[in-house]
Amino acid sequence: MASANEYSWRRDKDGLGVWEHRGKVAIAGYGHSPIDRRWDGVSMDETLGAYTVLACQKAMDDAGVTKEQVDGIVVCQTTIAGASGGAVSNWAPRPYFDAPYDSEWGLTRINAEWLVKQMGFPNIRFAPDNCPTISEMVGLASQAVGDDRCHTCLMIYPTGNLEGRYRRGGENAEDYASGERQWTVPWGNHGGNDFINIFPHNQYCTKYGGEHDDLFPFVTNQHRNGLMTPWGFNATHDIEQITREDYVSSRFIIRPLRLWDCDRPVNASAAYLFTTADRARDMKQPPVYVLNHSQHSFKPRSTQPTLDEIEEWTDKAAARMYEGAGLQAKDVDIFNPYDGYSTMTQFFLEAFQWHGVKRGDAFSFYAGDITVEGPHPFSSSGGNLGNGRTRSAMYTDSIEQLRGTAGSRQVNVRAETALAAFTTPPSGGWIMLGKYPS
Amino acid sequence: MPKVIPDPNEITKPFWDAVNERRLVVQNCTKCDLLQYPPLQNCAKCGSPEGLEWKDVEGKGHITSYIVIEDGRLDRRMPDQPYNLAVVSLDADPGINFYSNLPGVDVDKVPVGAAVRVIFEECGPGQLIHEWELAE
Repeated sequence: MASANEYSWRRDKDGLGVWEHRGKVAIAGYGHSPIDRRWDGVSMDETLGAYTVLACQKAMDDAGVTKEQVDGIVVCQTTIAGASGGAVSNWAPRPYFDAPYDSEWGLTRINAEWLVKQMGFPNIRFAPDNCPTISEMVGLASQAVGDDRCHTCLMIYPTGNLEGRYRRGGENAEDYASGERQWTVPWGNHGGNDFINIFPHNQYCTKYGGEHDDLFPFVTNQHRNGLMTPWGFNATHDIEQITREDYVSSRFIIRPLRLWDCDRPVNASAAYLFTTADRARDMKQPPVYVLNHSQHSFKPRSTQPTLDEIEEWTDKAAARMYEGAGLQAKDVDIFNPYDGYSTMTQFFLEAFQWHGVKRGDAFSFYAGDITVEGPHPFSSSGGNLGNGRTRSAMYTDSIEQLRGTAGSRQVNVRAETALAAFTTPPSGGWIMLGKYPS
Repeated sequence: MPKVIPDPNEITKPFWDAVNERRLVVQNCTKCDLLQYPPLQNCAKCGSPEGLEWKDVEGKGHITSYIVIEDGRLDRRMPDQPYNLAVVSLDADPGINFYSNLPGVDVDKVPVGAAVRVIFEECGPGQLIHEWELAE
C-alpha cells in the first residue's frame, strides 16, 4: 500500500488561499464503539479490533452505505498509549490468541490490511500506510476524496489503551535518555503535551493575570457537556459532575496541573465516513460539508516552548484555517478546540478569537456563561475532559450540531459552521465544517 | 536518586564532552550569528551545517517559569518526587533555555526571575550534567 507520506495532501503553509475542494467533500456518517477504561484481556467482543469493526459499521449504517461502496480507508496505525511502550501499549510478551488476534494488530493497533480482512471490503483503492493521528487524518481523508484518490472513505481512529494509563514502562523505565530525550528527561520532562503547555500556561497567568484554578469553570463545563453526550465515557459510566471543591482539592500531577485538568485514558474506537458532496446528498443523513482542513508543525527555538512562541504558532494556525475556509472569526458558530489538558485550550480560543475573545481574555470568558444553552456555547462537545481521551468528541459534536441532532447539547445560537481539532500548539490540524457547502 | 543519564550521539557528543570538562557550550551558526541549543545537525535558520561551531557561553541565566513534578512517569526519578522543574533562560541569549531541578531550592519555593549560574553534577559513571543554582 502507498504511504501517506508519499502523497502531498497537507495544507500546512501560509497563504494557500481558499481550499480548492471547499464544499465539495462531506462527512456523511460517524460511529462510536463503547468506551471502556481498559480492555479486560478476556472479552474478545471488546477488543480494540472488535470495537473498530463496530465503529466502522455504525458509520456506514449512519450514512446508509454498504461495504461495497467504500473505496478508501484512512486509519491511524499507532497506539494512543504512547511510544514509550511497555505493557501499556503492547500485548506482547503475553501469548497471542487465535486469528484474528494472533499479533498486535487487532489488539493494540489497527491497520487497513487487518480491517479489510475482517470486514471484507471488496473495492478499496486508497489505504495509505503511515497515517497520522485524527487531527490530520480528517484532512487526509478530505483531501483524498477531493483529489479523487477515493470517493467514499472510512477514517478510523482507534484509541487502544490496555491499562488505562500512559507512558509507564518502556523508555521511561530506562536509566539512559537518547535522541531528543537527552535534553528533557534527565531533569524530569518525559515529554508530552502536558509539558509543552504547562510552562507557557504559568507565563500566561503571570502576563495576563489570573490563577491556575481560574480554569475550573471551563473544566466543569466540559464535564457537564460530557454528561450530555450519550456515547461518552462519563455519560455511560455514571461519572458524577465535579464541583469546585472536587477540583481545587484534587491532587497535582505536575503542579499546577491537577488530576481534573487531564483527560481520562480510555479504550475505544471511532469512525467517520467522508465522501463527495454529490454522493452525500443522496445518502441517509444531511451532509456536513468540509470547508477547509489545515495542518501545522512548528519547532521551538530551544528546549521549552515559550508563551510567545505558542501565541505566534496558534495565530498562524488560525490564519491558515480562516484563509482556507474563506471565513472569519465572526462566522464560526461551533468551536470545539482540543482540551486533553485544560491548560492549552485558552491559547486556541484566543488565537481563533471565537466570540471576540482576545489574548488574555480567556479566563474572564470562562467565568461567564459558556453553557450550551447560553450565548457562548464554548466547546459544546465536552471534549476529552468530558468524554474520555477518544480525541473524537470535538468532531462528532460538530457534526451533530450542524445536523441539529446534538440532543440536550444542541446550542440555541446559530449552528451553520463548526471548527474542530485535536491539536497541540506546535503540531496537529484543524477542520472547518459547514451545514451548507458555501 | 541520580538523574536519567544522557546518551550522546555523534552530534551531541561534543556538548557532553564539554560538560564533562565543566564547560557550557552551545552551537553557534557563524552565517546567521545565531546560538542554538539543543544541538542540531543543521542550523535551524539557514538549514546548513556549514556555519555551525561550538561556542563557550557564560553559565549565567534567569528562572523564567517552573512546575513541580508530583506524579511523573520516569522510574529513575520517582523517588525524588515531588521536585522542582524550572526553565532557565540564558543571559547571553534569552531565546535559549535549559531545564533545571534547582538543587538547594525548596519544593514549590522557586523565585521566578532570580539569577542562576550553571553547576555540574554527576549523574552516572564518568558523566556530568549541567544544572543551575541560585546565584546568591
